[in-house]
Amino acid sequence: MSKRTIIPFGPQHPVLPEPVHLDLVVEDEKVVEAVPSVGFVHRGLEKLVEKKDFQEYVFVAERICGICSFIHGMTYSLGIEKLMNIDVPERASYLRVVWSELSRVHSHLLWLGLMADAFGFESLFMESWRIRELVLDIIEETTGGRVIFGSCKVGGVRKDIDNASLKAITVKLEDYSVRIRAIADVFLRDASVRHRLSGVGKLSRDEAYLLGAVGPTARASGVAQDMRKLGYAAYPRMEFSPVTETAGDCYSRCSVRIKEIFQSIEIIRQAAGSIPEGAIENKVSGFPQGEYFARTEQPRGEVVYYFKADGGKFLKRLRVRTPTFANIPALVKILPGHELADVPVLVLTIDPCISCTER
Amino acid sequence: MKEEQAFLIAGGQEELFSLVRGMKEEGWRLVQIGATKTETAFEVNYSFDKDYRFTNIKITLPLQSAELKSISGIYWSAFLYENEISDLFGIAVKGIAVDYQGKFYRTAVKHPFGENK
Repeated sequence: MSKRTIIPFGPQHPVLPEPVHLDLVVEDEKVVEAVPSVGFVHRGLEKLVEKKDFQEYVFVAERICGICSFIHGMTYSLGIEKLMNIDVPERASYLRVVWSELSRVHSHLLWLGLMADAFGFESLFMESWRIRELVLDIIEETTGGRVIFGSCKVGGVRKDIDNASLKAITVKLEDYSVRIRAIADVFLRDASVRHRLSGVGKLSRDEAYLLGAVGPTARASGVAQDMRKLGYAAYPRMEFSPVTETAGDCYSRCSVRIKEIFQSIEIIRQAAGSIPEGAIENKVSGFPQGEYFARTEQPRGEVVYYFKADGGKFLKRLRVRTPTFANIPALVKILPGHELADVPVLVLTIDPCISCTER
Repeated sequence: MKEEQAFLIAGGQEELFSLVRGMKEEGWRLVQIGATKTETAFEVNYSFDKDYRFTNIKITLPLQSAELKSISGIYWSAFLYENEISDLFGIAVKGIAVDYQGKFYRTAVKHPFGENK
């Protein structure tokens, strides 16, 4: 038997934008075991519900993540609305869909860039992020912010997008689709990229499901699970099916995210084409009471918000289970058996968001 | 949100184990484990999903010397949630598959959600 060595990976590493650490037990160059560590920058945002009232907290919820910020704010709002029996105007529900899908598009483009950077394809990285900037421009035009939207609130949304602007957005996105198609071809057809991703980091359907994997990580292994199908916001009026692959390797996870970009653009087109006129928010009166679990689909997968309220201004408890947290066991399972050089690609393949995980 | 949610109460740890084993045998996915401190007790929620149906099993523990047996032998992925509960609430979880011994989170305050916090 070869000598075993423990190689520390992270919390600072060129492919990691955020601090996560792995103790990699290796024999020669092969990983035989991995022990993950998070918790380097735990922020305690859940505890802040004791100091921010239930309406103010939506701003904190958005700051749980700098990528899927809007969906955090929306999930929080959906939970409070359920506890208080607040109906959200239809137009607001459609706008929530538009901003959620814009978040997914820019998040997946961000990931594509990071992945290209991880396997050393710098021009592909730059083109992915160049297109992402254009999507961020749309977000800035419609909300005023590029990272923190600030447009969701309990009872609806704070800002409207007029119908002409929505139409213009769909035209822009169609235009960007051509450029996204060009980089997608490289990710999915280039021989060197395929060599780097195909057959690497295989996760079977049963493993993905039993380990509680979510989002593209689970769908790439054939688990057709997408929380948008739960019927929140205006998703019941949108026609779409969860994007799945069956190989369960890095290539499949890449393929799922690329297909989801085009799916999100199609959902935005559907929402912009059928959005009803009307108010964008309903009045909120009273205080939340009861217990509820709100679940939505973020770019990285299912996020779960647990609420416990006693009819007061402050929630008694808010707990957030983020998709990256749920995908860590899957990462730990796929690492053994791979070369040390594959570890950066394998870690990135679950699209880890430590900002969310360290909420 | 139109999702239906079922809430079950486990009377004790044996009943909890039996319910969790049943969920695994029926093919439910472990969604999360989370704790809440109330005035009189800790509540621990075990949440599961199957085909977009959601079921939550709740167990109540005393505030003082709260102890819990790990379910990581049934659902391996539970080890992360159980370490989190242990670090944030000070609930002793016995038999975790990967036990970080209180070093999962580096918090400025020990057990920030725990008793007397």
